[in-house]
Parts: sequence; structure tokens; C-alpha cells
Amino acid sequence: MLDIRDLHVFHGPIEAVHGISLSVGAGQCVALLGPNGAGKTSTISAICGVAQSSGTIALEGADLSKASVEDRVRSGIAVSPEGRRIFSNLSVEANLRIGAGVRPDRENVARDIANWFETFPILGERRTQPGGTLSGGEQQMLAIARALMSRPKILLLDEPSLGLAPRIVAQVFQMIDRLRSEGMTILLVEQNARQALKISDYGYLLNNGRIQAEGTPADLGGSKDMMAKLTGLG
Amino acid sequence: MEYVAQQVINALSFGAEYALLALGLAIVFSVMGLVNFAHGEVIAVGGYTMVAFAALVTANPLIIIVGAVAATAMTSVALERVAFRPVRYADPTTGLLTAFGVSIVLQNLFLLFISPRPIAVTSLYFLDAPVMLFGVQISSLQIFESVTTVVVIVGLVLFLQKTTLGLAMRAASLDFEMVRLTGIRANRVFALAFLISGLLAGLASVFIMARRGSVDPHFGFNPVLKAFVACVVGGFGSLPGAVLGGFLLGAVEVAMLVLLPQDYGGLKDAFVFGIIALVLVWRPDGILSPAREKGDKQ
Repeated sequence: MLDIRDLHVFHGPIEAVHGISLSVGAGQCVALLGPNGAGKTSTISAICGVAQSSGTIALEGADLSKASVEDRVRSGIAVSPEGRRIFSNLSVEANLRIGAGVRPDRENVARDIANWFETFPILGERRTQPGGTLSGGEQQMLAIARALMSRPKILLLDEPSLGLAPRIVAQVFQMIDRLRSEGMTILLVEQNARQALKISDYGYLLNNGRIQAEGTPADLGGSKDMMAKLTGLG
Repeated sequence: MEYVAQQVINALSFGAEYALLALGLAIVFSVMGLVNFAHGEVIAVGGYTMVAFAALVTANPLIIIVGAVAATAMTSVALERVAFRPVRYADPTTGLLTAFGVSIVLQNLFLLFISPRPIAVTSLYFLDAPVMLFGVQISSLQIFESVTTVVVIVGLVLFLQKTTLGLAMRAASLDFEMVRLTGIRANRVFALAFLISGLLAGLASVFIMARRGSVDPHFGFNPVLKAFVACVVGGFGSLPGAVLGGFLLGAVEVAMLVLLPQDYGGLKDAFVFGIIALVLVWRPDGILSPAREKGDKQ
């Protein structure tokens, strides 16, 4: 589904990611793990087109590395970004509508919004409230729902557990697991390595802008030392 | 009593004009953080279009008005494409300087290719006729102005709340990159902001023309200054703030005209700006300044 080859990411003169390659197969959930500053968010930004990069980023074989941000989303990439970035001045419902801004079919959009309100009754109750009034966990759910409103082929999740209470983190991971079981292709960026690997089919360990290790959750979980060294969480 | 009513209506109609002008600045600022000082020259383009239509095409005022509004809308969109798009993601100062540059270039084009002297247009005088309303004598222009502003505000509110593109414009005022990450094209959002701004400039140019009766290269200077002041008072970036600031400015101006003794007439603007300054002491960011976004990890 998503194939990344020799990706370098730059922030001005600084190179944050030094030539990584990774791929996410259709229907897979792949975890990209690593400590702060490893280059995880830089990688996500490069895939979305908001950071300068070189290398190839191919979605279903089509190279998107020269495409605009908007065209990448339109060809099937959706992101729930780091920090969630909910439109706090707009209602919950308006956030979802903007998420579906690229879809012309109004009726299906309305149906999808209704489905989300069923999945997350709390969002339904607060549909007219400004997004900024939601709690962190609710905002994360909204950010994921907003991303999925575009009916993407692949969902990029950047640190969905960041800043949330442990109980809420568990809910978020349940939600991601459910999406995966429904067939969604997911690239999950996390510091919370143990939980992320539990719901992933494959994982990459990123440190200092390079992939240090990759493998199935069993492989990666087996090398406890490396996990501890790279994530600080064991 | 009649006198008071008349002055209240004066204040409202001035306020309506300023609100219209301020919205034109605010809508562009809210989306791209640019104070478009070339807005005044867009208004002047409306004035010159009325001259051209009246002289060359028709005396039908409706066609003249539609022509002027269409011309300002197209000018505004064209300016975005040619001048502001290249500096879209640049430093805000770059945008500001670009706007001044565009403003100077357009003014000089008017000077060189049209005329440094005022040119009269008489086709719109009919807008400014005396009318009796509930025993108060007012100008029909004041009614047109107030009604137009109300219609514009209602239309804008509906657009910004009901349509996806309108919602995207509001979202863009907070986090433009996130709007792009939903796939909504930045070019469309920017072009739309300038289109709306241009339409507002066109309407304003019609009213200014109906009042002044002539256009010169500095036609837009005073209006854009008033718009800027109204935006600053109301809170830059806030559309309700722009409307509020416009009406407040209108009210303060009329109040000063009425209350100041004849001898102090020349000091009207000094008093107006003095009061505005006091408002800013109370609310340095403007009365309805948008709340700063506090992200949880940026």
C-alpha cells in the first residue's frame, strides 16, 4: 500500500531523517517507534508533504513525492497529527465536515457523521460545541474521526496517546485495534512502544533519524535490551 | 428628539459603511494574516470602473453598480494570484510590504494613465435623495447603506456557518496547514477570501461614490484607513470584531461631530483617535480579539 524508499527529511539546513525505507501492506497496522527526536513526526510530515524531503513515497505504486499536500490527501492519505490540531473554534460536527471536504457526496458524508456520533456518543452529545471544549481523549477521537471522514486508503496516526491519562490511552488503542480489524491500513507513530506493538503487525524502531531495527512484534519484543534503550519504556 | 434620531441614523449609516470596509480587510487577514493595504486601491478600481461605464457604456445605474462590483472582485482575485500568492507563506512583514507596494503601483497607474484630477460620476446621485421616515428626514443613501451591510453580514454568517468552504475558511484562520491536510485546496480558500474582500470593496466603492460624486487616485486612502482603525479596535482577525469596530467608529465620529463645540470642529479626528486609543488601553488586542491557540504540544 505505502512504500517509502530512502527518505531524507529536512528542516531548513538540518537533516532530521537520514534515508529510511519502510512499507505498510494493505490492511496492516505498522508501528513506527522511537524516542523523542527520533524523526517519527518528521517522517509523517514528509509523507503528508508538509516537510521538505527527498526519496520516494509511493501509494499503491504511484509516486507522490512531488505531489502537493492536498493531492496526497486526495489520493488517499489521511492524518491525525501530533497534538491533534482540532479546529477549536468550530463545532465538533463542523470539524468532521471539513474532514470530508474532499468528498462531493453530501448524503454519504451526513451518514458517516451520524455513524461517528453512534460510535462515540460523547461526540454526538457535543456536536454543536466548539472542538476546543472537548477533553484530550475526546479530541483524539475527533481527530481520528476527522481523518477518516475523507475515506482514506491509509491512516497516519501521530502519537495518538500523547498527553492522555492511562485509561484514555487504553480506549484510544482499542479504537485503533478496531479500525485495523475493520480492514483499515494504519501507520502508527508512538512512543508507547509496548501498547503500540500489541496491536501492530510489524514495527520499525527509529532513532536519530535511522531505522535501528524492524520486525514483527514478537521479534522486536524479544530484544528487550534494544526496546529499553530506544524507547526508555521497555 | 428628532435631532437625536437623525444623529443615531447618521451614526448607524457611517458605522455600516465602516463595517463593510473593515470586513473586507478582516476576511483576508483572518485567513492569511495579511493586512491588505491595497484594499483602498481595489475600492478605487471600483470608482474608475463606474467612470468608464458611465462614460462609455451606459447611464443605467444598476449596470454601473454591477460592473463596479464585478471589477473590484476580479481585481482582488487577480492581485492575490499575481502579488500575494508568491509571498503567501513568507514572513508577515513581507506580506505587508507587498501590500504597500501593490498599493503604490496601482495609485501611480491611476495617476499616469487616467488622471491626477478628480473625475465626476453623476449617475449615482439618485441614491442620495432625502426621505422622510417616521417624521425624521434622512438620506436614502443611509438606508441603502444600512440594508446592504445587514444583508452582507447575514450572507457572510450563513456562508461561514453552513458551507464546507466557509467552515474551512474559519478553520484556516486557526490552522491553515491542518486545513490543507484535510485535502481542501489552499488556493481555493485564499482565492475565495480575496473574492469576498473584492465584492465588499465594490459595494463600498458604490456608496463612497454616491456620496462624493467623483474619483481620484487617492479615492481609497481614507476608506482603508477607517477600515484599519475599525479592525484594530474590534480585534484584528475577528470578523464580528470588524463589524463592531466599524459601528463603534461610526458612533464615535458622529458623537464628536455633535458634541464638540463649533470651534473644535477641526479637532474631530484627534478626539476620535483619542477615544480609540483609550479603548486600546483597555483592550490592547482589540475588543473581540480572537483567543490565542494553546496547543498541547507544538
